[in-house]
Amino acid sequence: MEKIFQLPFEKPIYDLEAQLADLEAKSVSQFGVSDEVRRMRRELDNMKRKIYGNLTAWQTITVARHPNRPQTSDYIELVCDEFVELHGDKAFGDDRAIVTGFAKIGDYKVMLVGHQKGKTLKERNERLFGCAHPEGYRKAIAKMQLAAKYRVPIICLIDTPGAYPGIGAEERGQSQMIANNLLEMSLLETPIVCCVIGEGGSGGALGIGVGDRICMLQFAYYSVISPEGCSGILWKDGDGSKEKAAEALKLTSNHLSRLGIVDNVVEEPLGGAHRDHRSTAANLKAQLLRYLRELASQSGEQLVQNRYEKFRSMGVFEEGDPADVLANASA
Amino acid sequence: MVMGTGQRRTKRGVPEGLWMSCPDCKATLYTKDVEQAQNVCPQCGHHFYISARRRLDSLLDQGSLEEWFTDVRPKDPLEFVDRKAYKDRLRAEQKKTDLNDAIVCGRGFIRGRPLAVCVTDSAFSMGSMGSVVGEMLVRSIERAIDLSLPIVIVSASGGGARMQEGILSLMQMAKVSAALGRLSRAGGLYISVLTNPTMGGVAASFASLGDICLAEPRALIGFAGPRTIWATVRIELPKGFQTSEFLLEHGFVDRIVSRHDMRGEISRIFDYCGK
Repeated sequence: MEKIFQLPFEKPIYDLEAQLADLEAKSVSQFGVSDEVRRMRRELDNMKRKIYGNLTAWQTITVARHPNRPQTSDYIELVCDEFVELHGDKAFGDDRAIVTGFAKIGDYKVMLVGHQKGKTLKERNERLFGCAHPEGYRKAIAKMQLAAKYRVPIICLIDTPGAYPGIGAEERGQSQMIANNLLEMSLLETPIVCCVIGEGGSGGALGIGVGDRICMLQFAYYSVISPEGCSGILWKDGDGSKEKAAEALKLTSNHLSRLGIVDNVVEEPLGGAHRDHRSTAANLKAQLLRYLRELASQSGEQLVQNRYEKFRSMGVFEEGDPADVLANASA
Repeated sequence: MVMGTGQRRTKRGVPEGLWMSCPDCKATLYTKDVEQAQNVCPQCGHHFYISARRRLDSLLDQGSLEEWFTDVRPKDPLEFVDRKAYKDRLRAEQKKTDLNDAIVCGRGFIRGRPLAVCVTDSAFSMGSMGSVVGEMLVRSIERAIDLSLPIVIVSASGGGARMQEGILSLMQMAKVSAALGRLSRAGGLYISVLTNPTMGGVAASFASLGDICLAEPRALIGFAGPRTIWATVRIELPKGFQTSEFLLEHGFVDRIVSRHDMRGEISRIFDYCGK
């Protein structure tokens, strides 16, 4: 297995794995698998379950940002039977931070739109770590509109720290393009399925995130602002309070499904997606196919109506006479 | 009350006295004169902060406002606590501004023509959009569709999407934009008025979606905050970066209109786009 980046809290897991590997190597010469090996494998599973079952919000963020975490390109490889990439926004350029193209998933032909962070340093620089410019959002909506024309369902894989904050991005209308996408996606008469596969960074994520179904991987996060940014603004100590901010923002899959923002949480294999791309992809594929089947029977008009109502119902507030609200609360 | 805003982050609500100074031209001004001029510097035209209610007074025909949804109030769904509890922050902001949240909505008239109008107020939690702002905007847009009214939304929201309501604030961006999509399909007119400051999630949703986008002069308008951008690119930002004039130059604003002329300009657009 290739060497993978170890997160600080994963150390006991890797230590135990090393011990187990030693033991297994020794026991190969003897016959069968020793009780000791079996015991240790069980212990390892329990340890992974325990550590990954009790991650803090900040630890979850580090898993979501893990350099070996599967990206859109991995899912194209592992989930899709075919991928025909379509480049460019026909106005300015081809933003490499967002990948778009036709894909086949099971029996479905879809339009796949996904952030791609890149794996090598060179690729990451090209793709700006998945931080798209206005042309990326323009490319995304253009391909989605093309798909809607032929009622090809759309799948959006979200994985970005945020839309790119730069001079060129502002000059070319970052806010304008994200806003356009929000409006246009709400009107597309074809099924839209969104999944946050890693980082769901604010407007940059939402810019391809208006769907009929929204799911997220177990250790992905989705937030209005990065914990670092929130720490700087509200705690005024740079990123000193990022752990507290991560906790306060309620950005994990658990919280988001309780808040009714995500419809389903896609389980990750024991020890996180970065430990096993293949089974992560299998879980994701199953979820995507379920959604595509569910949505297949709805007319374009119904989809748009239901999508509107889905987002329309998001938000928590109170109304009525304050005295009545108090009375109801105590009743 | 006249408040200093502007890019140099002057403290809000300072000049309560008889005299104040303009952060742009440095002139010493008689506070009454500035107030009478709709909080615009009589010397150089610097646009000071103006509250949502006073904005409505200056924009609409006298006494024509019928306020909508006045009993919608914020809650604290995440039980958010930073250095202060969100609940306490809300109470303090409500007391300071005499508003339930960062927005006032309603129906009014401009030169005898009815319209739906919403104004965000940057004095309330930086004018940021949480559930209440999102909800009231959507209800206003839906009502504008039902009543076949044009809608004017004035943004003064430096805070973008409100952090203390987390993901719910982010979703308001999609929710309001979807409502504007419906309005557009229904043939309704939407005029967006961008004022200082309009940033982040507000800029990246309804504020940019006007059929016509008007901006007050020298307002700060953009997606990412100048400090965030500087921290990323580490080069000096161009002069006038993210101002109304910058947006006009790059093609994202239809016209720059001073506060004094706003009524007239809006009414003229109604002339062309009215039904």
